[in-house]
Amino acid sequence: MTNTPSPLSSPLANSLRSGPDDRGRFGIFGGRFVAETLMPLLFELDEAYRAAQADPEFRRELDYYLKDYVGRPSPLWFAQHLTEELGGAKVYFKREELNHTGSHKLNNVMGQILVARRMGKTRIVAETGAGQHGVATATVCALFGLKCTIYMGATDVERQKPNVFRMHLLGAEVKPVTAGAGTLKDAMNEAMRDWVANVADTYFLVGTVAGPHPYPEMVRDFQSVIGVEVKEQITQAEGRLPDVIVAAIGGGSNAMGIFHPFLDDASVRLIGVEAAGHGLDSGKTAASISRGRPGVLHGNRTYLLQDKHGQIEEAHSISAGLDYPGIGPEHSWLNDIGRAEYVGVTDEEALEAFQVCTRTEGIIPALECAHGLAHVMKIAPAMAKDRIIVLNVSGRGDKDIFTVAHHLGVKL
Amino acid sequence: MSRIQTRFAALKKEGRGALIPYLQACDPDYDTSLELLRAMPAAGADLIEIGVPFSDPSADGPTIQAAALRGLKAGATLGRVLEMVRAFRETDNETPIVLMGYLNPIDSYGPAEFCFDSAQAGVDGIIVVDMPTEEADLLDAHAREAGLDIISLVAPTTSNSRLFHVLRDASGFVYYVSITGITGTNSASAADLEKALPRIREATSLPVAVGFGISTPEQARTASRIGDAAVVASALIKTMASTLENGQATERTIPSVLKQLEGLAAAVRA
Repeated sequence: MTNTPSPLSSPLANSLRSGPDDRGRFGIFGGRFVAETLMPLLFELDEAYRAAQADPEFRRELDYYLKDYVGRPSPLWFAQHLTEELGGAKVYFKREELNHTGSHKLNNVMGQILVARRMGKTRIVAETGAGQHGVATATVCALFGLKCTIYMGATDVERQKPNVFRMHLLGAEVKPVTAGAGTLKDAMNEAMRDWVANVADTYFLVGTVAGPHPYPEMVRDFQSVIGVEVKEQITQAEGRLPDVIVAAIGGGSNAMGIFHPFLDDASVRLIGVEAAGHGLDSGKTAASISRGRPGVLHGNRTYLLQDKHGQIEEAHSISAGLDYPGIGPEHSWLNDIGRAEYVGVTDEEALEAFQVCTRTEGIIPALECAHGLAHVMKIAPAMAKDRIIVLNVSGRGDKDIFTVAHHLGVKL
Repeated sequence: MSRIQTRFAALKKEGRGALIPYLQACDPDYDTSLELLRAMPAAGADLIEIGVPFSDPSADGPTIQAAALRGLKAGATLGRVLEMVRAFRETDNETPIVLMGYLNPIDSYGPAEFCFDSAQAGVDGIIVVDMPTEEADLLDAHAREAGLDIISLVAPTTSNSRLFHVLRDASGFVYYVSITGITGTNSASAADLEKALPRIREATSLPVAVGFGISTPEQARTASRIGDAAVVASALIKTMASTLENGQATERTIPSVLKQLEGLAAAVRA
């Protein structure tokens, strides 16, 4: 089934880019752990996705929307002032925050909505954490006139009010989820419940590289446009590939998108930054790889924050977009085979990086990518000046100014 | 013959279907749920399903979600659930017990150890909601070795050809998820069931239990006649929940659930 040549990701022999296998697995991770009711739908989706990949018309259509609606390609910005301040490696920003709706999320959503349309679905459900995926989904539903229901944890609804209002303006119904801690994990459960109850007309538009196969693969493919562009842009700017690529990770879609085209370039270090929350050992963290162990949740096997009895624990992060106790299965695999490194950055460190970025580059980053930047700030000073780091600035921080103000003790 | 086979064979002789009530382990506490479990056979349970509490029951509606949370709060673990089954088996060696839950607690316990310990404790079958046929190799061999039935789930979305695939190595009985949806919400009509059951029986000679959305005695009777068994879960838990005070059991808790169970049993047996 996976043998169809794809314009988005060509399966290659002896390549780290050829996963997943036909069971949807990356090593031991991934798979299709869902109720029987959903299995036929996953097969249907898989078939529709393969057919779309093989259809040049689909690629043309997607390219058109990516260019004229999303605003791609996004620039690769040499962050000169930040580089000078850090005094080491050259730091480049991949400007995903300049996409329409302000984050990398639209790359994936644009691809999936075209697949959903090909499948004849008329209603879209999605989960959202920070609201970026929800806004992106509501946006394309407005564009194509589809019904849209977004599940969002009640806690997140509270801390991301501007995005909730945006979704309402775009015509989406936002359903707050009060179960659990009322964050992304709970929203995901509720979206799956909606999907299973409305299988005939509803498409579940997953926002990250997690969930049952083929979602992790499909979302990665649609996000890979980020890494493909970086490869071209950095080669043009520097005549070579970067030494390090850094990206923040909640579920891991922006990281997978920028990593994937570089998986076979062994000279490029790939670093995923998880939210350490109050600290990796504080018990209040979202660092699934650093502090979790493999298990099964939301349709896939992956690293999960869980207790010794296999009950899932609540994640914690200042950033609603990273507040998830799991991670995409391909990241779990890349960690285990040692191709990518996964590190933690605390709320505190992210807040500091948020301010540095704003001050030195005039770019207000999302708290998610501020985690990535915080790690760049740790490693860049010790690197030689001819070394190159690319940071994926996956979203803009306008949505986070209330959270940041609160933590800085400022009343807006 | 296994307890499940023996029970269904006996009911076939009686000329009626089975009633399978469900309770969530440790809901609202270990002692109450064990007492309820022990009293269920006399109140008309032919087989019993025990829900294993999980933090993220994504196929369950609000009623069972709340029950799972109460169970977890009361200290439910897979080990504790098996302890409950062992205690039940001290007084009842005939009523088949089926555990229903999600994969992660089992995965965490260890698939081989879980199958072995379950069979030792007196569990007869397991239903793992998020383990479709394509992923069942995780437990299959261990379950077979332990003499445990993995109960296959089929749904309205399962095509005819897929029914044969899913039910090829099925054992125990087949669980028909009679609606596309979560537990305790909609109900399938008699006409829906009349249409679905022949499709399933084409693919298996095992008994078919009908579950999801069965709440009234009338619905239980219909399902147990068109199928071979009716599973009633959320309706019983709703009753139990309505008797709790501050999440704690009261003297009304067990009698209320048993009274409802007797009503369901009477309808199935009528």
